[in-house]
Amino acid sequence: MSAIGDQSLLYVRRSPADRLPPPAARAGALGWLRTNLFSSPANIVLTLGCVLFIVWAVPPLLRFFLIDAVWSGTDPDACLASPAQPHPGACWAFVRVWYSYFVYGFYPIGQRWRVDLFFLALAFGVVWLLRLSAPRRDIGALYFFVVLPVLSFVLLHGAPWIGLRVVPTALWGGILVTVVVATIGMVASLPLGILLALARRSEMPVVKLFAVIFIEFVRGVPLITVLFMASVMLPLFVPEHLAPDKLVRALIGVALFASAYMAEVVRGGLIAVPRGQYEAARALGLSYRRMTGLVILPQALRVTLPNIVNTFIGLFKDTTLVFIVGIFDFLRTIEAARADPKWAAPTTTVTGYVFAALFYFVCCYGMSRYARNVEARLTRSDRR
Amino acid sequence: MTEKIQGLLPQDLPHRPRRIGGIVLQIALIVVIAGLAYGAILDLAQNLARAHVASGFGFWNNTAGFDISQTLISYSPSTSSFGRAFWVGLLNTLLVAAIGIVLATVLGFVVGIARLSRNWLIARLAGGYVELIRNVPLLLQLLFWYNAVLKSLPQLRGSVALPGGGILNNRGLFLPRPEFGPYFAAALIALFVAIAVAIVLRDWARRRRERTGRQIRIVLPVLILVCGLPLAVLALAGFPLGFSVPHMGRFNVSGGVEILPEFAALVLALTVYTAAFIAEVVRAGVLAVPAGQTEAAQALGLRSAATLRLVVVPQAMRVIMPPLTSQYLNLIKNSSLAVTIGYPDLVQVFAGSVLNITGQAVEVIAITMAVYLAISLFTSLLMNLYARATAIVER
Repeated sequence: MSAIGDQSLLYVRRSPADRLPPPAARAGALGWLRTNLFSSPANIVLTLGCVLFIVWAVPPLLRFFLIDAVWSGTDPDACLASPAQPHPGACWAFVRVWYSYFVYGFYPIGQRWRVDLFFLALAFGVVWLLRLSAPRRDIGALYFFVVLPVLSFVLLHGAPWIGLRVVPTALWGGILVTVVVATIGMVASLPLGILLALARRSEMPVVKLFAVIFIEFVRGVPLITVLFMASVMLPLFVPEHLAPDKLVRALIGVALFASAYMAEVVRGGLIAVPRGQYEAARALGLSYRRMTGLVILPQALRVTLPNIVNTFIGLFKDTTLVFIVGIFDFLRTIEAARADPKWAAPTTTVTGYVFAALFYFVCCYGMSRYARNVEARLTRSDRR
Repeated sequence: MTEKIQGLLPQDLPHRPRRIGGIVLQIALIVVIAGLAYGAILDLAQNLARAHVASGFGFWNNTAGFDISQTLISYSPSTSSFGRAFWVGLLNTLLVAAIGIVLATVLGFVVGIARLSRNWLIARLAGGYVELIRNVPLLLQLLFWYNAVLKSLPQLRGSVALPGGGILNNRGLFLPRPEFGPYFAAALIALFVAIAVAIVLRDWARRRRERTGRQIRIVLPVLILVCGLPLAVLALAGFPLGFSVPHMGRFNVSGGVEILPEFAALVLALTVYTAAFIAEVVRAGVLAVPAGQTEAAQALGLRSAATLRLVVVPQAMRVIMPPLTSQYLNLIKNSSLAVTIGYPDLVQVFAGSVLNITGQAVEVIAITMAVYLAISLFTSLLMNLYARATAIVER
């Protein structure tokens, strides 16, 4: 009995033991690998297959686009195979030489500062409108939807009374045209889409009928046929002297097409507004216009903002189709440059397409990240 | 009493007089649209008369006079009419759309499920595929497949001989064409009979199970039936099936089935592009089934295959079907991009060649749009029927 009190036989712990590290197979890099890559035989096979695919695909791509690529040079000879470079990679020299053509098209060289200014003004408006923390976004909207269109027209088209030479749209090209078509499509389709969506939910049968016919008709046909209609048929339907410019015709086609899709997106938002909101607004004695403007639309547009941005992404990609009705958008300038016999190197086609893909990817991916951020913000603020 | 609250009755609230305003607005809308249409038609008649363009659909039976590179029905430039060219183009559109839809569905489901995989690497690869493809315009992808990939294949002299007798070069892919002898139709009929019997068998087994509670395994007999019966008929007929193998000539490849590079590029681009969207649809659909459903199924003792087949997939399909249909419609409409690479689809043949020859823009574009519209509306109709059939019956 006395042995319990004996210090040499004491085995009861008086302080907590040091915490043991988790088993090696569950934690750290090894554990992560086990749970995420090698959890079962089927998973091991899948992982090995993926690794093999990456090993097979990535190094040749890196070699072609970075290591063996030709970065400088002013003529296609730089991109041809020679004893010094038996396997020339991507011809980035081609992009560098043609770069200003890709951005401005045939816009007169002395006037290109106007295009740069337009890009700046547009970027300013976009940032003002899209940064949710920016001050006075109502003025931003006014700037974007009223000031900017007028300013852009004066800058790009020209205004002789303030000394800006008129540059006909036939000379516009490249990224300039892509941005113009996309921006006008977006700026026009949002209000038109909202009007169409409201019309489709209207209680007036005639208004509703016209809206349904327009929306379902446009959504049922490909954009190409709408563009064909705008560029071939539209001039036939107006007096000869009023026939609009080629670019304007395509713009009308794109704007009408986008507004039908926008209408459906906005309608989804309108449906999502609870019925009680309509009834409450009515009970307060608000007129239809006030109810829509003050109660319904703010809520509807808020929940549908990610979808609106997704429609914009689709529209941005669809601007490439104006190519088919003969307008020099960015993709068309790439096609023209790569088909230029003076630049006939075997790698220019791939290089041109990859450059174009990079441009579109950066723009569209940026927009979709923005939509996702807004969505995350909305779900956070809804979770009270 | 009644006098006092009269002012608060609904008919005196502001929306009451709007009825009249609404009627005025609607009449005004009709007048404006009718006026615009009337003016447009007047201008149209004037413009057409000045340009000496005929109107009406009389051109439909005139001789077309241009060649088409791929025809599923017999067509000759010197004798066939514009109407025949229309059908050739429409069939080419439907062909490319049908093949594209099947391939895009398969690829899309695979990628969508891969994105949900617990395997980190494959989920990331699938995610990268979806992000890359969705953010690059289809037209650019189509041009890439056509000009950068298929046009850089070896020329005729350096053709690649594929295993099984196929030939691949930058003029297209040439595959052996199966040639069916007599009695081959009998084998097909046998196949249909076998499938019909299998369905009857399955229903019988199900009814029997519901009555007695005993499972009857019919998988093996059905397999034997469906594979065996047609094979037996074929064997009786002495396997009347041959192949016409393509041959390399000096200037051309003869025999076999020719797949145009335009067709291949269009199918590739449409498949790869639409599959990325279908993958997202599938992912959203599977995620929409609450985890509790799987847990409940497991608690009832269902195995994982049965859980998937009887609980998860039916519920996910209800969510997947509407957006999937709209992706199919997008694919059909996007197939009109064929015009940029010269695949003879409806738009290229009809709104391209026929329009240029006849000059009758209004009629030609109206017909083209009507076709796409009819396809869209018909598909929506089927979709609504499906949605009604699978709607949740609530109490």
